[in-house]
Amino acid sequence: MMSAKTLYDKLWESHVVRTDENGTALIYIDRHLVHEVTSPQAFEGLRLAGRKPWRTGANLATPDHNVPTTERSGGVSAIVDPISRTQVETLDDNCDSFGITEFKMLDPRQGIVHVVGPEQGATLPGMTVVCGDSHTSTHGAMGALAFGIGTSEVEHALATQCLIQKKSKAMLIRVEGAVTPGITAKDIVLAIIGEIGTAGGTGYAIEFAGQAIRDLSIEGRLTLCNMAIEAGARAGFVAVDEKTIDYVKGRPYAPEGENWESAVSYWRNLHSDEGAVFDKEVVLDGSAIKPQVTWGTSPEMVVSVDESVPDPVAEADEVKAGGMRRALEYMGLEAGTPIEQIKLDRIFIGSCTNSRIEDLRAAADVAKGRQVAANIKQALVVPGSGLVKAQAEAEGLDKIFTEAGFEWREPGCSMCLAMNADRLEPGERCASTSNRNFEGRQGQGGRTHLVSPAMAAAAAVAGHFTDISALKLGGDDDGEI
Amino acid sequence: MEKFETFTGIVCPLDRSNVDTDAIIPKQFLKSIKRSGFGPNLFDEWRYLDHGEPGMDNSQRPLNPDFVLNDARYQGAKILLTSKNFGCGSSREHAPWALEDYGFRVILAPSFADIFFNNCFKNGILPIVLKEETVDELFALSGGPQALEITVDLQAQTLSYAGGETVPFDVDPFRKHCLLNGLDDIGLTLEHVDDIRAYEARRRSEAPWLFT
Ligand code: SF4
Repeated sequence: MMSAKTLYDKLWESHVVRTDENGTALIYIDRHLVHEVTSPQAFEGLRLAGRKPWRTGANLATPDHNVPTTERSGGVSAIVDPISRTQVETLDDNCDSFGITEFKMLDPRQGIVHVVGPEQGATLPGMTVVCGDSHTSTHGAMGALAFGIGTSEVEHALATQCLIQKKSKAMLIRVEGAVTPGITAKDIVLAIIGEIGTAGGTGYAIEFAGQAIRDLSIEGRLTLCNMAIEAGARAGFVAVDEKTIDYVKGRPYAPEGENWESAVSYWRNLHSDEGAVFDKEVVLDGSAIKPQVTWGTSPEMVVSVDESVPDPVAEADEVKAGGMRRALEYMGLEAGTPIEQIKLDRIFIGSCTNSRIEDLRAAADVAKGRQVAANIKQALVVPGSGLVKAQAEAEGLDKIFTEAGFEWREPGCSMCLAMNADRLEPGERCASTSNRNFEGRQGQGGRTHLVSPAMAAAAAVAGHFTDISALKLGGDDDGEI
Repeated sequence: MEKFETFTGIVCPLDRSNVDTDAIIPKQFLKSIKRSGFGPNLFDEWRYLDHGEPGMDNSQRPLNPDFVLNDARYQGAKILLTSKNFGCGSSREHAPWALEDYGFRVILAPSFADIFFNNCFKNGILPIVLKEETVDELFALSGGPQALEITVDLQAQTLSYAGGETVPFDVDPFRKHCLLNGLDDIGLTLEHVDDIRAYEARRRSEAPWLFT
């Protein structure tokens, strides 16, 4: 009898090229995504060594971190910051000279790599997917083994189509039961990180399972897997089911005809076998998850919207308590303040975590017929790709946002990490749908609270955090929150 | 890559846990398309009192006197001692580049974030996982009026210093071999071209859609 395998075993074993006596393996990479920040030194290394990409067609590039999200018809040469411009130009030049497909800044398919890959069907179930970006874990939602790599590994993947890896341990996180209405993938993943901590997944590849996960759309699963890295795991994934297959069908890079049939039958086996053994299992009750808001400077510093900012005095672990005190000071918060009383300055709806069409629909549902509160200086909506933007405009979401007082932008990473002009000023407080609330992440001295798109939109309208579970959607109430 | 030789160096104690790569090298410095020159901006936001941007003359900037890197005792440190989950956050290899450019060759901590840990080896830095008790002891020793010096012997896998027992450490044999011999990963992998081609041929027949 064959022993029961985890999904991770299957993904791993199907990509091993060779293994050394000490267990170090050479694994084959099916898809390499490239952006402008972590690739220039890799291309330079390739050139210096006189090497060429091993398989050009396995690479797909797009600029995202540095591109302006305001009107940009002037093209790359009109990017104001000279260093940002150089990075985008360098990516263009490298892709041109090595023959790598790139969705350039003015291509309607340009966007955040982690939005573009699945959208194009360029990341498929069963693939190994890498990118010089830690949020590559996102693509695990397709039932792929996807993880972030550093620039040396970007060069390695380009030159050899392989990476030197050691197998991780396998963790299963089951979120049992159905979540209540209004609870999103973002709330689920923040609750998971609150439970296991930002280092809880270190050394593991995480498979997410259970009813609450199966109930998620593919876009929800992309949000979930996006933040596996915030739980310390390089890779997080979800087994393939009919939703995955339906999602892939007909996308530009998806297999067709006979290939489609054989791919689908292969993909149907991409799940953990009955009785497969994990190194660690964690179980959460999905029905108990409420809308989540981070209060500190690490994603594990998270509470439900109806709770208060925690008090370090109640923390027995002195190291943790010290971290909490430092976070409270940085965040300018008093222990015991109810989350709903925290007032905001800016709102950011976007990033590879939450900038897909369903995210924008959820935010628009809240924004519809309402107005951004007077104390909010800026509320940004930044679609994840040109195609998401076009779809949202076709559905009239841009109008809903602009009428409510939000700014509607061009696709890119934007205020997720403030490498372009979108950023927080020191001391400013932001409700953000991104994935990191580290010190200075959205601008030096900026204070980030991570939330779901609907929670961010509700905070924009209320001017402070507010529980969306209590809210009427679709704008058919009096417009107040 | 430079060969990793046995050396004795000063320990700089950075007593914080969860130091993320944004703190190690803030994002504004990621816009460089080069690999070198990040050292002066290592821990930029903690190290200087003003806001750093690429292209500034760092020697003219006001230093934060409370930050360990600016402490006279730790000038020229080659060993960084820190707390758990060092290097979490973004995968930027600029973090080890900055540490290496500053002069750090060894990082001691109770735990590291995965991607950062890997990136270190590729840049000639040896990250060493130590027991909490050892880390605590080293923090105590390195906080005295006289900086602590440790001899790192990778071949023997030991740390030795005045006033303590020799501490053995673990390191992956493959990584050790590469560091000791200054080997480049890509060159090593390309010794297995035939294996890669054989894998591709096999995979192409079982999953042809991956090669269209
Ligand atoms: S949106 Fe943010 S997290 Fe995602 S790739 Fe861009 S910068 Fe990184």
